[in-house]
Amino acid sequence: MLLEITGLSAHYGRIRALDNVSIEIGEGELVALVGANGAGKTTLLRVISGIRPASAGRVLFDGKDITRMPPDRRVRRGIVQVPEGRQVFAPMRVEENLLMGGYTRGAAERREALALQYERFPALAASRNKPAGMLSGGQQQMLAVARALMGKPRLLLLDEPSLGLAPRLVDEVFDTVTALRDAGVTVFIVEQNAFQALSIADRGYVMETGQVVLADTGKALLTNERVKAAYLGL
Amino acid sequence: MFTEFLQFLLSGVTVGATYALVGVGFSIIYNASQVINFAQGEFVMLGGMMAWFLFERAGLPMPAAVPLAIAGTVLVGLALEKFAIEPARNASIVTLIIITIGASIFLRGGAQLVWGRDFHALPALSGDAPIDLSGVAVNPQSLWVMGCTVVVVILLHWFFSRTMTGRAMRAVAFNMLAAQLAGVNNRLILMFSFGLSAALGALAGVLIAPITLTYPDVGIMLGLKGFCAAILGGLGYPYGAIVGGLIVGISEAMTAGYVSSAYKDAVAFVIILMTLFFMPNGLFGRRGIERV
Ligand SMILES: Nc1ncnc2c1ncn2[C@@H]1O[C@H](COP(=O)(O)OP(=O)(O)OP(=O)(O)O)[C@@H](O)[C@H]1O
Ligand SMILES: [Mg+2]
Repeated sequence: MLLEITGLSAHYGRIRALDNVSIEIGEGELVALVGANGAGKTTLLRVISGIRPASAGRVLFDGKDITRMPPDRRVRRGIVQVPEGRQVFAPMRVEENLLMGGYTRGAAERREALALQYERFPALAASRNKPAGMLSGGQQQMLAVARALMGKPRLLLLDEPSLGLAPRLVDEVFDTVTALRDAGVTVFIVEQNAFQALSIADRGYVMETGQVVLADTGKALLTNERVKAAYLGL
Repeated sequence: MFTEFLQFLLSGVTVGATYALVGVGFSIIYNASQVINFAQGEFVMLGGMMAWFLFERAGLPMPAAVPLAIAGTVLVGLALEKFAIEPARNASIVTLIIITIGASIFLRGGAQLVWGRDFHALPALSGDAPIDLSGVAVNPQSLWVMGCTVVVVILLHWFFSRTMTGRAMRAVAFNMLAAQLAGVNNRLILMFSFGLSAALGALAGVLIAPITLTYPDVGIMLGLKGFCAAILGGLGYPYGAIVGGLIVGISEAMTAGYVSSAYKDAVAFVIILMTLFFMPNGLFGRRGIERV
């Protein structure tokens, strides 16, 4: 297993946002996490990235216990997150945003990665000198993903990448995610858009009020009665 | 008439440049932590006092005394972050600001114990004989102050726009979460910010000491005026602090020249109050330049 989470809990003050969560992600897998507003999805990703502390449980990455490791060292090990709401560095140029994504890499490696991202996302190359805040929502999402890829992720965490995008762009985002998995990147995607996320996922988890209540293959979850009623509006 | 104006302008730009350096220091630490470091003025004092001590008492030549004084102040800045700010990292911003006020009192007290309460003069870097430029008497030290400030501003611009550490400092200022997720160690950045601010303050202190003398309490007013420069330029916007510093310095010199030097120090207070009342984000504040 690339990522192995066991019995994880996390709190905001006295509010328990994660309660005894266990999740496994294998190398090369595309795993989706779905759940309603406030279920604790973002909190889980923040604990995996080391931004929020765990109050109980363990996080193993590549067999090593990283539960107390600071966020920058996790990025160096290959855990890279595209946060909820894109969070680009608005006043900085597009190119600087990308370079920041390669912050933990050496200068030569960073240059190489930059050329690769421009090739993958030509629209970003065209606006490389614009402040990131001037891009459209869809382009900002593209930038946020490209910035994360600059870090050469072994595990890519995506927090609601389709949020607030027009339907055509949503499809584009899911196409990109599928392409990344096909290129060998392990992806853990959090989505409220449960149908599309589960459709492309190898496996999925369903979270309610801080707990994992269902775990199965993506296909099985799509036909699960409980999932259909609660998340697919069927 | 006009010569007189130029004379005032020159002295305004000279002191204004030191306020600018101090103001940039405020902005850099603010950007890394939202903390207003009220010990910033003490960095200025330490730079001047250490340079004076190393030159006059330890007998070192000026080219050794000045860099050592700056390096010594940087060490104090790093220690301040490590032993006073870092342990209280999870406390509120207000608590951290109060800690910096405590640190400033501690540093002033320490300086009095070590060096006494007297005023000291650091000799000017290239003599005191004024250069006559068509009627305007130019103090050679003024040229040093302005020249060094220009060089520092150019170096800072290069640092913030061309180096990864500089970009990381801007990234932390704009979006701490995203910077951390990109692998930036925000604690290291804060540490570095204190070191850089201390260096800028110390440089200002070394440059201005031959003009204003140096003593343990010299940092109180210089710190306040640097703060005024940072507020006026828009806190967290280093380039704004430079413009702010020049405006404060020039306003002060004009007030002293045309009204009365008794009101000189009041100018900075009036500017702080007016800025806070009428444009709390300053001339170039965050909200003005950022489209989110
Ligand atoms: N900074 C915070 N302080 C206090 N409580 C918080 C904070 N952030 C989240 N919470 C609470 O923790 C719980 C989980 O929130 P979280 O953001 O992880 O949910 P989510 O599944 O990502 O929701 P969404 O779909 O809205 O993004 C919620 O009850 C939320 O109110
Ligand atoms: Mg969320």
